[in-house]
Amino acid sequence: MIEQKLKKKNEFVYFALRNKKLQIGLTVVLFFLVLTFIGPLLTQNEPFAYVNPGGAEPPSSEYWFGTTFFGQDVFAQFGRGLRATFLVGLIGGGLATLIGVVIGFTAGYRGGLVDEILNLVTNIVLVIPTLAVLLIVAAYLEVRTIFTECLFIGLTAWPWAARAIRAQTFSLRTREFVDLAKLSGMKDRKIIFKEIAPNMMSYLFMTFILQFGGAILIAATLDFIGLGPTDAISLGLMMQVAVLWGALQLGFWWWFIPPGFAIMAIVGSLYIMNVGLDEVFNPKLREM
Amino acid sequence: MSLHVENLALYYQTLRGDVKALERATFTVADGEIMGLAGESGCGKTTLGNGLILLTPPMKFIEGCVKLDGVELPIWDMERMMPFRYKEISLIPQYAMSAMNPTRKTGKMISELLESRGVSYKDTLPELKRRLDLVELSHDVLNMYPIELSGGMKQRMVMVLSTLLNPSLLIADEITSALDVSTQRAVAKMLVEFRDRGFVKSVILITHDMSILYQIADSILVMYAGILAEKASTEVIIKSPRHPYTKLLISSLPEVGVKYSEKKLTGIPGSPPQLLDPPTGCRFRDRCPVAFDKCLEAPPFIELEKDHFVACWKEF
Amino acid sequence: MQRYFGRKLLIYALTFFLAVTIDWMIPRLMPGDPITNMLSRTSVNVENAQVMYDYFERVFGLDRPVWQQYLNFWVALFQGDLGVSVYLFPTPVTKVLMRAVPYSLFLLVPSILLSWYAGNKFGAFAARSKWLDNTISPVGYILTATPYMWLAILFAWFFGIVLGIFPIAGAYSFDMRPHLSLAFVGDVFWHWVLPFLSLFLVGFGGWAIGMRNMIIYELEADYSHYLEALGAPTKLIRKYAFRNAILPQITGLALSLGVIVAGALVTEVVFSYPGIGYLLLAAIQNQDYFLIQGCFLFIIIGVLLANFIIDFAYVIVDPRTRTGMQGGAE
Repeated sequence: MIEQKLKKKNEFVYFALRNKKLQIGLTVVLFFLVLTFIGPLLTQNEPFAYVNPGGAEPPSSEYWFGTTFFGQDVFAQFGRGLRATFLVGLIGGGLATLIGVVIGFTAGYRGGLVDEILNLVTNIVLVIPTLAVLLIVAAYLEVRTIFTECLFIGLTAWPWAARAIRAQTFSLRTREFVDLAKLSGMKDRKIIFKEIAPNMMSYLFMTFILQFGGAILIAATLDFIGLGPTDAISLGLMMQVAVLWGALQLGFWWWFIPPGFAIMAIVGSLYIMNVGLDEVFNPKLREM
Repeated sequence: MSLHVENLALYYQTLRGDVKALERATFTVADGEIMGLAGESGCGKTTLGNGLILLTPPMKFIEGCVKLDGVELPIWDMERMMPFRYKEISLIPQYAMSAMNPTRKTGKMISELLESRGVSYKDTLPELKRRLDLVELSHDVLNMYPIELSGGMKQRMVMVLSTLLNPSLLIADEITSALDVSTQRAVAKMLVEFRDRGFVKSVILITHDMSILYQIADSILVMYAGILAEKASTEVIIKSPRHPYTKLLISSLPEVGVKYSEKKLTGIPGSPPQLLDPPTGCRFRDRCPVAFDKCLEAPPFIELEKDHFVACWKEF
Repeated sequence: MQRYFGRKLLIYALTFFLAVTIDWMIPRLMPGDPITNMLSRTSVNVENAQVMYDYFERVFGLDRPVWQQYLNFWVALFQGDLGVSVYLFPTPVTKVLMRAVPYSLFLLVPSILLSWYAGNKFGAFAARSKWLDNTISPVGYILTATPYMWLAILFAWFFGIVLGIFPIAGAYSFDMRPHLSLAFVGDVFWHWVLPFLSLFLVGFGGWAIGMRNMIIYELEADYSHYLEALGAPTKLIRKYAFRNAILPQITGLALSLGVIVAGALVTEVVFSYPGIGYLLLAAIQNQDYFLIQGCFLFIIIGVLLANFIIDFAYVIVDPRTRTGMQGGAE
């Protein structure tokens, strides 16, 4: 049994390393991640400092991404903004995954009335356009931090994860090995951890990646409207300020193109990675 | 009217190499014969059955010749097989329960299928209704969605549908496996009825259930690890098998009325070889109680008596 | 079918109830006197301030017991009274909203319908061959990963400023008055193209990817194999696959309305397009809570209505719901 499990793990690693989509996606994401860490080190400018008296200037050897309307270093902002992006993805997406897993799994495993009620709750939260709710809540809060944003996102994005996990739990629950475990008198909790969880691991991971990407997009939208963190710079905020101060009309393309491009690249790579992971975990999808 | 297969070899293409699922298959199914195709899981019977009608990747055609009613079947060519499918050779799949489109009424689906094959639904309808009566299905089922039918009803529906155009050869893949015993009997009887009435000429009945074969099969072809082991009439296979594998298979069947204390059930120790890199020589040799040194060479499938083929050195 | 609709209506009713309650609760949960808070942030001169204070005090009904305030809120809601806008005082909120709704619908409805239709057709097309799939799929993934506002910004900058083909602000030129003439209609259309296009493309990517996945799933289903074995032409098998794959796409449409609305909101902001989104932003910047709440309620009602319409469409398309059996609508 253990040899089979090891074999399976090695099999996954073997295919994972060779999957083109994973390779490309992971490379891009890692590139930006590395940039997050070394970016602030590559320039001594603070994101909000007015370093260029000449105002907005296109990219040069001194300011790699140029400067903003106020003479701030766009690259410095970009580097810090990336950090906010990854944080939101990780914590916001992670929280959403966690809640979704707990609710989805309980609903799928227990079934019956518990499932009905949880399903109702999930559907309600699903129907409500989350942005509208977040707008209402965020508009009234004076001070917002990155963590409040993560909290908002986690508390509103979980239904997608819950649905997916519930469906997967349903299909696993009726499989023979669970019945076998139940017949042999295993306690429920043990069944969950020893029999079902390992089979769900791959699915959980893929759900998390989707939530990660989704959280980044939601955060960008919130930041753009002006409901993001009040104490930090983020990619969405950069775009908001740029548009507000006429970067479009004045043609300061270096100010608004990088932030959005980074989001598109990161989230797109995450999605493609997800497809690759699906191929790795589901042998049927592997190309011959 | 008959099926003649000569030296057929089919492999599965996988990332680790080719799985040699079927090799050197040579046999004949006579007109009107119900031939049972028996063996353990993974012995190649489904590969053979499905390969004859729908050879799609990852299945790969290696070599061989298949002739139905004297005409060669180009089983490796999806396009050229089209005219034969459904009309000359048909299939009752293993997944009959989910073989029908869930969002189409069965009657509608049948009519669309027939029309797409150039057969008029209107003209075929009276015959269709007669056959539904035969399997005791009300004509109303044509107006229902598959979800409204029970398992047994779906099975019968698929049986009728698959044989509607009177194919020469019908491949029935595990058609009784998912049913309860009394329904199994009913379905088996139906199959014989279809053959007797000429709806189908010959049948290859794939199953791991020997008892069904004993009931309705005229002959049985036993397979092991992708190789044909023995073929003979049902009577001979059950009463006087010659291949060691067949002998063990038959003796491992429980008999009604016999108690365990009187006669122990014997299984066959070990498991079949994996076919990615099959052993040279006879593939049964590792589990065979009478294997000897000649077995390192693969035995040919030889007709020892009339219509009795065996692939075993010990028997030559 | 009754069960199906009954269930949906229950969800919508509960959702509406919850949304309205949140809407009513939020300002009351904030610390301090909500009215002073509100007024202190708007730039309003002293005489007006007192008038407004009295007015809002009455409207908020802070002198009455809580449960009565809550009930009054519902009553006012059903009378179509959403309060008065602070930043556009004394225009009632409902009136302000009604001016903006047509523009939002003008953007949303065509982009949703067209991107859904085109995306699904394209996704099905991509599933035809491996080559097509490998070229089209990445595009789809990247499009759906593109933030709505960034694509809007990109279009506005490139086609609006750099190439100068399209205008990038407003629903029509400032020097025009709304009247029925070819020139005006053309002008409105010209202003509409870019925001519509950016909304369309992002949605298109998502639907194409979704459909492609669903089609592949259906093509690998048992019924597809059976038809293939019986020699059915590829055309028939694809037709069945498409018909079956559309069903979850319909459900998906209802579920993604929230995201689409958010996308429309930010697109309006970029193009200063006078829809609900643009209005909402102005309300937030001016701390006009009545207007914010009004927009919120409007969006909620709109989304619930759209959900209901889509559910209706689903029943028509999935025959299984009509036979009383639960379809795959879950």
